[in-house]
Amino acid sequence: MFYRLPEFNYYRPATLKEALYLLSELEDVKILAGGTDLLIDLRIRRYRPKNIIDISRLKELKYIIDEGDKVRIGSLTTLQELIESPIIRSKAPLLAEAAYNMSSWQIRNIATIGGNLCNASPAADTAPPLMIYEAKLKLKSIEGERIVPITKFFRGPRKTELRSNEILTEIEIPYIRDVGSSFIKLGRRDAFTLSIVAIATAVNVRDGKFADVRISLNAVAPTPVRAYTAENYLKGKNVTIDEIKKAAELVLKDISPISDVRASAEYRKEMSVILTIDSIVRSLDRLGIKVEGWEL
Amino acid sequence: MKVSFILNGKYVSVDVKSNEILLDVLRHKLGIKSIKRGCERGECGACTVLLNGKPVYSCMLLAVQVDGQEITTVEGLENELRPLIKAFAEVGAIQCGYCTPGILLTAYALLKNSSDELTESDVKKALEGNLCRCTGYKKIIEAVLQARKYYKKA
Repeated sequence: MFYRLPEFNYYRPATLKEALYLLSELEDVKILAGGTDLLIDLRIRRYRPKNIIDISRLKELKYIIDEGDKVRIGSLTTLQELIESPIIRSKAPLLAEAAYNMSSWQIRNIATIGGNLCNASPAADTAPPLMIYEAKLKLKSIEGERIVPITKFFRGPRKTELRSNEILTEIEIPYIRDVGSSFIKLGRRDAFTLSIVAIATAVNVRDGKFADVRISLNAVAPTPVRAYTAENYLKGKNVTIDEIKKAAELVLKDISPISDVRASAEYRKEMSVILTIDSIVRSLDRLGIKVEGWEL
Repeated sequence: MKVSFILNGKYVSVDVKSNEILLDVLRHKLGIKSIKRGCERGECGACTVLLNGKPVYSCMLLAVQVDGQEITTVEGLENELRPLIKAFAEVGAIQCGYCTPGILLTAYALLKNSSDELTESDVKKALEGNLCRCTGYKKIIEAVLQARKYYKKA
């Protein structure tokens, strides 16, 4: 290793407003939120920006606010703050579960939820939970703000809806009641690892039938995805292992995994099916519903 | 540019370039040799420091980012670390020693911030970002649990 970082101009605005003005005036900029992805990308020369705007100290973007039917999270909230927040644990438990299994304590203390989303890795672990909750992202520029649903935010590996003069400032999570949910991450080992595939599910059951079903996976397509085909199949069906297995096969219609250093495409496909079954059965279990014929 | 911060309880001010990482500034300009350059990509934990009391990797921070903040290394915690060092020595949790300063800091942050109950899995979870290249994990975990008892007595 011993790679020096390339040279750049460093700016640390004191307010969000100042940051937005700087961003609109400077060219060739990268935003530093926590920096845990950016510093590596600089080191390997994936990016060589002329300017870096460090927003990591903007306290106005660090908050978790419970508004009853929704939770608002400032984009500079760290992964560790998500894990430790009673609000997140009770109202967006999938997000706390996902953050708990991300990287290491040292990284979680500085890596931010906004950084994880804007870096737009196909394997971003905060994405599947937010796709399940259908979170809304607030993007701000000097011209104003706009809201983009997370399901429309990712455009491809490291590509997002974010315009060059915009900063992601807030993640708004609608509170969904009466669902059982589960997050499962498969890596090459249990601790401090990147996802081969991770899955989040949430289900709601009425009169023995699936009322609402949401399934989201990462690392098996150019962006984190919702498995709408499988979801739609399962809605209205009886809660049986056979129906869950049929739905899990349909997940393959919504994913397009590649082979890389972590796993082959074939393995990812097989594990996506198995983990879908696991995660739905576990979500049901959390609603107190036992499914015959599948061992967790 | 000038960066000033609190290093081990003392105010320091140092000239840095924007692209210098904290690890290099601490080692080469401020004489902090306890922290080690391991992977330089936020994976091994040998360069761990405490930033405002929380463990972070000094290879994953620009030096300019810590302006006005508080950085602590084992050099600044001689007394506080005594129970941990005692336990590490007794249990034999040190082999080559390269990972030890980072592990001591992470373990110290864990012990300082955790409530009464501390299980083996809590220790493993806290130390997941500190690799030991001698793979002496079993004794390291044992030593942290042992140190827990000493801190409680004190």
